[in-house]
Order: sequence, then structure tokens, then C-alpha cells
Amino acid sequence: MEASKAVITLENAAVRYRTPTERYNTFKEFAIRWLQRRVQNTSFWALRNINLEVCKGEVFGLVGQNGAGKSTLLKLISRVLRPTEGQVRVRGRVVPLLELGAGFHPELSGRENIYLNGAMLGYNRHEMEGKFQRIVEFSELHEFIEAPLRTYSSGMWARLGFSVAIDADPDILILDEILSVGDEAFQRKCFSRIEEFRKRNVTILMVSHNTQQIADMCQRAAWLDHGHIQSLGETGKVIADYRFSQNA
Amino acid sequence: MEIPRNSETYYDSASRGTPALEELREIFNYRNLILQLTRRDITARYKRSVLGIAWTMLNPLGMMIVLSIAFSHIFKFETEFGYPAFVLSGILSWNFFSQTTTAAMVNLVWGGGILHRIYIPRTSFAIAAIATGLVNFLLATVPLFLIMMITGVPLRPTILFLPVSMILLASFALGVGLLISTFAVYYPDVSEMYSIAMYGWMYLSPVIYPIDILPENFRFWITHLNPMYFFIELYRLPIYYGRMPTLDIWLPAVLISLITLVVGWIVFTIKADEFSYRI
Repeated sequence: MEASKAVITLENAAVRYRTPTERYNTFKEFAIRWLQRRVQNTSFWALRNINLEVCKGEVFGLVGQNGAGKSTLLKLISRVLRPTEGQVRVRGRVVPLLELGAGFHPELSGRENIYLNGAMLGYNRHEMEGKFQRIVEFSELHEFIEAPLRTYSSGMWARLGFSVAIDADPDILILDEILSVGDEAFQRKCFSRIEEFRKRNVTILMVSHNTQQIADMCQRAAWLDHGHIQSLGETGKVIADYRFSQNA
Repeated sequence: MEIPRNSETYYDSASRGTPALEELREIFNYRNLILQLTRRDITARYKRSVLGIAWTMLNPLGMMIVLSIAFSHIFKFETEFGYPAFVLSGILSWNFFSQTTTAAMVNLVWGGGILHRIYIPRTSFAIAAIATGLVNFLLATVPLFLIMMITGVPLRPTILFLPVSMILLASFALGVGLLISTFAVYYPDVSEMYSIAMYGWMYLSPVIYPIDILPENFRFWITHLNPMYFFIELYRLPIYYGRMPTLDIWLPAVLISLITLVVGWIVFTIKADEFSYRI
């Protein structure tokens, strides 16, 4: 692909978590160990040697076992984590559809939470006012929008979070293990909205354990295992490689 | 200024300006978030109470009444215009400092789970905590004026200086809040230690007693080493004593608040990248 069209580029990216070998519950314990020069940290490489490019408008899939590093990879792209090594370059506004209800406060009403959540996604007041009506429409929670969130069921909670996120104007959309929120009608609405994004040339990153879903929707994919990319390229092949490893 | 839209938004993990300046720019971009977080802190707390936001005023008032009764009759402090207004002005400025710095720390350590899920500028929590405190601080001047009128403390034009005092104290609080937040992320013990330290610090500051009752040599240490001495005087002088703060009060206050803010901001923003790994 032309370099100019790449919207996501990872070059030799790596993420290392460092956890102390011993658990230090208190500052005193740590200080003693530190003075004894016996503080040891274990390193855990969540991702290593990641080289990846995604073009504008692509629907890209990510498969792998739990703990393979998929979420960590998405966090690198959405700026939640900085790479320990290597480089990450992202062009355009990233909207992680995975973080439903980030920052929702149970005491605040649906309305207040929409504004709060929108602010976290980076919107200003004026923009949120324009979006508010559409978000309430999409969530179908009109009667409950002034009620505090602690009165919502978990499904309603998720629907509200989803509606705020999906009203975003993303250049890059990240879908992580969706979409079990809401009933069938709601799910269909969500999928049609995602389809709209695809037609508008929005780049889509999908993570799913449902390999059929990946095969149906993605043009290219990557298989992550233990923090390394085992297979990258045309979806059919990647899924075949992944399935083969699971059955072997 | 809106967040640069669509293809103009560009993130490159390798091109890193100074973290401190980058954070400043991000905070400006996310200023609506600061507003929303402040709103959240203020409204959520009193949502279910009958008196609601009136509690921000009633709380310090209650404390003042208890202390006035205790100290006016037992210790008989010599204060120019009556003890109630004296102690209330001390309580308000102290509470602002102690509550905002504690909130900045607690919100980051316990509410920082958000940082795992979505990108927001790390200093948001501390700044929102200070902003919330400022709103409460402003509201609390209403009962202060009331008490002053009741106890016959004259209201003088020097109260117009008050916003300056509050801003300087807020800068100091932000600096301290950022510094202790940083430590608290690595050592949760710090939050326990801090509340004890606050307790002791208050008694070493002229909050509930006038500085003159301290013996000479002790007073020297307080007026020269305790930064809160300057800020409390900076608040009390214009409103209670009706005098403008002199150079020996406002100059150290300006220097201390500026230096603390800059150092706190720099230390925090340098360490902030590691927070998502730790909280």
C-alpha cells in the first residue's frame, strides 16, 4: 500500500509491563528492600516486534487467544499506552467503541453522563449540544434520560455508552468484542451504523473471537499470539493459520 | 479552538515535545472535560441530600461555631475583631488547601481506571479537583460575610484583593496536589501518610489561633518555613483585618506558589506516562 495512505503505522512496537517480584504492601517494606538493594522487577512483554500498517478505509481484523496482546495493541493505537520500544503513528481521530460508559457516574442523570462521556472523547460543549438529541434517539432511552444512572439496567447502561460513542465522527473506529449489548433490533441498528462508517471510508479495526465475523467483515487481518504477530495479510489465510494452531 | 479535526489529528509516539508543554496544550484542548469533571464532583456529591449544595456553606459554619464556643470561652485568644470571623477565615482557606490536594490524589489513584480505557490528559483530575474546591471556596465566602456582619467586623474595600489570594493559594494547591498524586500512584501508603501530615500541618499553621500567641523562637520557624502561613495571612489580611498584604507576605507567597506549581507540573507530566501501567 502507498505509504501516504497508511493511517495506522506500528514500527517495531513493544510494550513491557514491569511488576515487582515481591508484593510491597507498604512503603516501609519497599524502602527496606530498596536499601538492601534487593528490589527485583519481572518484565512481561505484552507486545514485541510489532510491525503493522493499516490503510485508510480498510476493515482490519485482529484475532488471537485471550492474553495474546490484542487489547494492548488497541491501547497503543488509542494513546492509552505509550510504546516501550518502537514507534506508533496514527492519523485521524480514534474512537474506541469498546469503552462503553467510560466515566459514567451512577449518581448523575443520563443527560449529565452523556455530556461527561462526550467530553472524555474530546468534544467541546457546543459540539455536544448538537449531538445530544441524536444520541438520545439512537439509545431509545427518552423517558429515562433524566433519571440517575444507578436506576438503569446493565443493558441500558451499555446502550447509552454505545450511543455516545457511535455518534462520534471517527476516522478510525475500534471495535473490541462487541456487540452483545441490547436486543436484536438495537444490534441491527449498530451494525447498520458501522456499515455506514465503512461506506464513508472510515478505517475499522475489529477484534473478535468470532472468526466468522472477522472473515465476513475484514479484508485483512493479523493473528497475535503471546505478544507477537504470527500471521498477517489476507483474512482467509490468517484465520486458517489461527484455526490450525488451535486444533493442532 | 477545537481539537484538530479528522486528517489533521496526528499522533506520533516518537516525536515528543517536552511532556510538560504537551500536557498544557492537551489540557487546553480538553477544557470542556475539566468543566464536566468539576460539574460531576460538585453535583454528584449532593444529589441525594435535601440541603444539597448548601452543605458546602454549612460545613465550615458548623466547625466555626464549635471552635468559637470552645476557644472563646476556654482559651480566650486575643483577636482584633472577634474570634468567629477570625477562625472561619482560617478554616475556609485551610479546608480549600487540604480538601483539594487530597481530592487530586484520591481521584487519580482510585478513579484513574479511566486512564486504562481512554486517553485523557493526566492532569485533568488534579485540575478538576482544584476547580471544584475553588467553587466551594467562593460559595463559602457568603457565610463568612454573614458572620462578619453579625459579629461586627467591618467590610472594607480590601476584600477586592481576595481573588488574588485565592488564585495564589489555588496555584500552590495544584502544585502540591500534582506532587503528592505522583507519589501516591507508586506508594498508596502516601494517601494515609498525607492525611496525618495534614492534621499536624494545620496545628502548625495559624488557622485556629493567632500567630502572636506562639513563643518568639517557635513563631520564627512557622513564619519562615511554613508556606501555608503566607497563604492564610494572604487570605485573612484583606478580609478580616482590612489591610493589604505587605511585601513580606505576598512576595514569598507568589514565589512559593509559582515554584511549587511549575515543579509539580513538570514532575507529574514526566512520570504520567507510567500511570497507565500502575493504577
